[in-house]
Amino acid sequence: MKKLLLGDEAIAQGAIDAGLSGMYAYPGTPSTEIMEYIQHSKLANERNIHRTWSSNEKTAMEGALGMSYSGKRAMVAMKHVGLNVAADAFVNSAITGVNGGIVVVVADDPSMHSSQNEQDSRYYGKFAQIQILEPANQQEAYDAIIYAFDMSEKYKEPVLVRITTRLAHSRAGVSLIDTPREQNKLSLPANPTQFVLLPSIAKVQYHELLKKSTAFIEESENSKFNFYTDGEDKTLGIIASGIGYNYYMENFENMPSPHPVLKISQYPMPKSKVEKIVNECNEILIIEDGYPFIEEQIKGYLTNNKIHGRLDGTLPRDGELNPNIVAAALQGKKFEKLMPPEVVKPRMPAMCVGCGHIDAYNALNEALKDFEKGHVFADIGCYTLGAYEPFNAINSCVDMGASITMAKGAADAGLYPSVAVIGDSTFTHSGITALIDAVVDKSNIVVVISDNFTTGMTGQQNSNALGRIEDICKGVGVKEEHIRIFVPIAKNHDEMVKIIKEELEYDGVSVVIPRRQCVRTLKNRALNAEIKELGLV
Amino acid sequence: MKTDIIIAGVGGQGILTIAAALGTAALNNNLNIKQSEVHGMSQRGGSVISNFRISDKEIYSDLVPFKGANVVISLEPMEALRYSSFLAEDGWLVSNITTYENIKGYPEFEEIKKTIETIKNHILIDADKIAKEAGSSRSTNVVMLGAGSWFIDIPADEIEKAIAEIFKSKGEKIINGNIAAFRAGREIAKTFIS
Ligand SMILES: Cc1ncc(C[n+]2csc(CCOP(=O)(O)OP(=O)(O)O)c2C)c(N)n1
Repeated sequence: MKKLLLGDEAIAQGAIDAGLSGMYAYPGTPSTEIMEYIQHSKLANERNIHRTWSSNEKTAMEGALGMSYSGKRAMVAMKHVGLNVAADAFVNSAITGVNGGIVVVVADDPSMHSSQNEQDSRYYGKFAQIQILEPANQQEAYDAIIYAFDMSEKYKEPVLVRITTRLAHSRAGVSLIDTPREQNKLSLPANPTQFVLLPSIAKVQYHELLKKSTAFIEESENSKFNFYTDGEDKTLGIIASGIGYNYYMENFENMPSPHPVLKISQYPMPKSKVEKIVNECNEILIIEDGYPFIEEQIKGYLTNNKIHGRLDGTLPRDGELNPNIVAAALQGKKFEKLMPPEVVKPRMPAMCVGCGHIDAYNALNEALKDFEKGHVFADIGCYTLGAYEPFNAINSCVDMGASITMAKGAADAGLYPSVAVIGDSTFTHSGITALIDAVVDKSNIVVVISDNFTTGMTGQQNSNALGRIEDICKGVGVKEEHIRIFVPIAKNHDEMVKIIKEELEYDGVSVVIPRRQCVRTLKNRALNAEIKELGLV
Repeated sequence: MKTDIIIAGVGGQGILTIAAALGTAALNNNLNIKQSEVHGMSQRGGSVISNFRISDKEIYSDLVPFKGANVVISLEPMEALRYSSFLAEDGWLVSNITTYENIKGYPEFEEIKKTIETIKNHILIDADKIAKEAGSSRSTNVVMLGAGSWFIDIPADEIEKAIAEIFKSKGEKIINGNIAAFRAGREIAKTFIS
């Protein structure tokens, strides 16, 4: 059976068909559709696969570890920067190893279509010293997930699957296996101390991991995802990874490549295959959609004029590749971006008409108008668009949760006023511990938690903060009289300004909560019912 | 056979619906498909495109190469121009004339129109009006699909079948409205092709 699937959906379907029991994720473009697909899958429902959103990527990774400890298969999905958040659990999961298989899917975003950087997750896989898969197309993505669970259970290690935006959000026909595999039964690890990383145990476990590295290379040598195709013209050899392979092959109109090509979609790299092509060809061009990960390893530290790619400028050092960039490199030309005609103006994303964040910013800007600009630390979400005209309301956006802690640090330095702006989902992702720091230090800050009952920016997923924000704030020690809630609509403008001003006056931690439902969720019946039941309107 | 299509517009204009209809039609006809779309931040009123490729041979790249598109279908005239550099030598630019002005300094329509008219093969239609006349005012996107369908190597009745399929859950009335919109767009565009 062939199904038209996004790369993300192929991954989700692959996991279901591989006998998944638990999906753990926090939304993040371009990875979000993996969880969403499983949430809507009939089979996932029948099999009662765990599929609710985690509060952040670290809790997701740890949830998966617990599922694996219990013998069942788990998958974790996140965007690339999510792996920074999950890194502690991720790197250590290679030391504990797994019981039920674990596959960690990380979606990178070269060219930063929807992200604050374009970090390449393959470095994390190498850092953790585990196997990495980098599928080149939707079919491979599906196949790779099933294979990854096999590898994970064979070697008792997690497997990292790295994709990029283009594959995540591109559709193609995918052939599925006939019969989905059975799920694992509950079973505890054979070794009761496998997951106890006390130094004495961790040292033993780490040696076990190191011993697997030879076998991992062996698997890559024989992997169907890594293949060498011979070509007549050996003046140049091509090493292309993941979708970089497609951009190379696109240049030959379905004719075979004139040069030898080594396609790599599984790491650690297939050593003998790499040696063969490097020895055989006069020069090597390395095409990878991301950082020069393969290139750095092959080229090494010393000057090596034979290896070309992103490091020597044959390909651009940053940004997403495309067929034209690769074509220019093959012709030894500089890539010239085609520019649109002059009348065309940039069209930046913006907050929606009727969005509550807009009214909150209007009030905040007015409350702060007698102070110099530059006192507002914001966070990541739709409200980050308040950085643009006409609001120019915020001065930072770094990583999830950073608003509160940066405002606190600035207040420590003596900045007054010091204001944080954070969304509800971002607050439960990473804002709570930040708020505790501020409470402990009695920091003079105002924290605006702009609550729209949803994880808006990534497509209106459930927010784990729903109905919990005041209790959390009170629980961590914010004084009840300094938790102020209002509905951000134009009619309430003066009242909002007054409240914010009062809290700016207060020397301590204040939390101001503009609370109004995201306009994009107004037709979401389940959410509407929940909001009503919680008494939030 | 092979058709490379760029579908352009502003986040929220219904590009993904056009892409879904084409994808379904192509799959039903056993063609290979690659269709990349923009999800995430740009969907908040930013510029969005879908690269749509169909072929009876293997398709490698998810992206249409520059100067490779047989047709650029745009729901908005400035967005049509933004992606006009994707057009192949003999490719067609098919655009709606209704502007979507959600930014400061949006250019004068006359200026956009003049620039579009410098492109060899172009079709400019008032898709909003055509949709309304077809009795389906929310189907501007499907009108544009109809207008662009002349340059897509899938029979029109197959695209209609696919439209019926993707709107199946919305009921007969919506299906018929969209098919009428598709036909109206196709009909009007015909007058531009000599
Ligand atoms: C570590 C990390 N995980 C996920 C994301 C993706 N992300 C960006 S904005 C956002 C949603 C934030 O929701 P919320 O704070 O409720 O604000 P809203 O968009 O609803 O205004 C997410 C999940 C990210 N940028 N970084």
